[in-house]
Amino acid sequence: MELAVKTESTTAAPAAPKSVVHGGGIARHRSRWAWALLAPMLLLLLVIAGWPLARTLWFSLTDAQLSQLGDWHFIGLDNYLGEYGVLMDAGWWQSVWTTLRFALLSVSIETVLGLGVALLINHPSRLRTGLRAAMLLPWAIPTVVSAKMWSWMLHDQFGILNHYMVALGILHAPLAWTADPKLSLFAIVLVDVWKTTPFMALLTLAALQMVPSDCYEAARVDGVKPLAVFWHITLPLILPGLAVAMIFRMLDALRVFDVIYVMTSNARETKSMSVYVREQLIDFQQVGVGSAAAMLLFFTIAVVTITYAVAMRSRVEKASA
Amino acid sequence: MNTIPRAAALAAFALVASLAATQAQAASIKISCGAIGYELELCKSAADAWAKKTGNEVQVVATPADSNERLALYQQILGSQSDKIDIFQIDVVWPGLLGTHLIDLTPYAKGTQSQHFESIVANNTVGGKLVAMPWFTDAGLLYYRKDLLEKYKQPLPATWDDLSKSAKLIQEGERKAGNDRMWGYVWQGRAYEGLSCNALEWLVSFGGGSVVEPSGKISVNNPQAAQALQTAASWVGTISPSAVLNYAEEESRGVFQAGNAVYMRNWPYAWALSQAADSTIKGKVGITVLPKGSGANGRSAAALGGHQLAVSKYSKNPAIAADLVMYMTSAEVQKERAIKGSFNPTMPALYKDPEVLKANPFMGELYGTFASAAARPATVTASHYNQVSNAFWNSAHEVLAGQAKATAALPQLETSLGRTSRGGKWN
Repeated sequence: MELAVKTESTTAAPAAPKSVVHGGGIARHRSRWAWALLAPMLLLLLVIAGWPLARTLWFSLTDAQLSQLGDWHFIGLDNYLGEYGVLMDAGWWQSVWTTLRFALLSVSIETVLGLGVALLINHPSRLRTGLRAAMLLPWAIPTVVSAKMWSWMLHDQFGILNHYMVALGILHAPLAWTADPKLSLFAIVLVDVWKTTPFMALLTLAALQMVPSDCYEAARVDGVKPLAVFWHITLPLILPGLAVAMIFRMLDALRVFDVIYVMTSNARETKSMSVYVREQLIDFQQVGVGSAAAMLLFFTIAVVTITYAVAMRSRVEKASA
Repeated sequence: MNTIPRAAALAAFALVASLAATQAQAASIKISCGAIGYELELCKSAADAWAKKTGNEVQVVATPADSNERLALYQQILGSQSDKIDIFQIDVVWPGLLGTHLIDLTPYAKGTQSQHFESIVANNTVGGKLVAMPWFTDAGLLYYRKDLLEKYKQPLPATWDDLSKSAKLIQEGERKAGNDRMWGYVWQGRAYEGLSCNALEWLVSFGGGSVVEPSGKISVNNPQAAQALQTAASWVGTISPSAVLNYAEEESRGVFQAGNAVYMRNWPYAWALSQAADSTIKGKVGITVLPKGSGANGRSAAALGGHQLAVSKYSKNPAIAADLVMYMTSAEVQKERAIKGSFNPTMPALYKDPEVLKANPFMGELYGTFASAAARPATVTASHYNQVSNAFWNSAHEVLAGQAKATAALPQLETSLGRTSRGGKWN
């Protein structure tokens, strides 16, 4: 939610003065005022977002070590392209692949489930307020806590999940959810879905409530079947809201760290890009290489977000045209 | 009217002044302790005893049980030159990594360091500075269920093959008798530092070297090492639960102490807990050396572990902190920790102490194991140790999980270690 406010202010703010800058004296005066009023916000953004980013970019061009941060040499793009650079490291590419798989899997499952839950509780009832609050619980629990909690529930010897699945005859023998390389990523996706489906459901619910009721009335008069109503009325109208929710989730999923770190730690099969970055920066003390990886992570997220936003915008425009 | 506020102000001033004065006298020292088994409890009681004696204040900070996480936390705290923690409990493989942030304890030790094992003191000396005092030492041990071995008439396993056979026999027998959850052997297979210790023991026991030799040569790609890893991989899913691939020390102890495993590889700390009043296996546990590998060079090997106490360079009260370190590492406290928590002393003299031996019979019998444990390649790889260990445990983890054959994983590990060392140059 915080992110929403931030991006809105950055994109909306500079656009306002631009549109009036070609006007006469009053317009120029007003635009100057607008900039003056925006200055503190821009300065704040520069300090809290621009400075760390610039510093990371700078570190990525040096051979700095965490234990001796002052002692560094400029080495150009060696941390990216050199013989021992990030892009030459098979481990990095594996983490990119793992992250993409995780992001695609978790976001698509969360979107479908979130949409389903939102449709279920969209009917006005006294229960809705209570349900909405109850639904938010998993989202409100800190990820470290819920990941640890799930680790115990998924435990092979003492876990409740294995216990009941064996008791009900679904499984022959308890599964090692977090240890088996074939299952561990799935287990992590499961926990992430459990945690963030409420978020998707709430955003989708907000979009659903914006759909004007006369559309539905017209459909009812014409005798349109419920499924057709969903495909031709509900979905196109909530698509912009759903797209925003998906971008947020995608951004979150691409920089996933805590749930993986708690559940499977340093295992290679489930290492995400953020885990790789932390490992280089903290565990290996390679601030240079780690910063290079962090910049690559930043660029990956930027590229995915921009591509996605452009694609969604053209689709939304087509749908509404 | 005027005098009352003045009096109040005076009183307030006096209060502040007296507070400032007491603060100047009694320092507040923050010490980080591990939290595995009885660690935290014993650390607290010893620190409190010192606080009472000297009139200072001690705060015990609990740190993560996973040693990698703990190191990361330390590196962050020390890297930012923070005085949040004065005394750090550091692993035997960390003095080289953290040495630059720690003070030289030689002037405070006043020669008492000679009472400790020479090899550990040498390990803790970085560039001529004694950066940490030995606190307790560790070696990988084989825990076994005396009652079950007797019931199935099994001798103590001399080799890994013996262990595998007897574990399988007892596991099957116990499962038939009704305990579905019985397993033969539990150990530490999670992708973390503990797996490096376990895997090093397998390698050394098969004569497969210690990953990187003291000369700096990367020796891990050899047939004995491959055989060692392949042997361990054959246990997963047969005598060990497949979730052992995500077990650290406490998870494996959980299974063993619940009575659901015949054998366990663990450090000495698990002894005191298995003998506690609430333990389901009290009096049914024995400890011996880990089995030998097969082949001509097969021998029994135990990884060297243990912890030290070090004082941060950024501490505001280094002298007082050093005094606490000297107290905590003294014979008196080490003896108490050995009796109550089965933490192995770092002083040879304490291994002859009757009270210590009464509480921990294995300490006398296995003295040789503790004195000649296999060191991880931390000294030679210096600041790269973490990268080496990470690559090693990940390769071992892949072999154990059946994703790669050891003969394919080890050449890859060799290449990757070559990358890390920039072609054999470790410094």
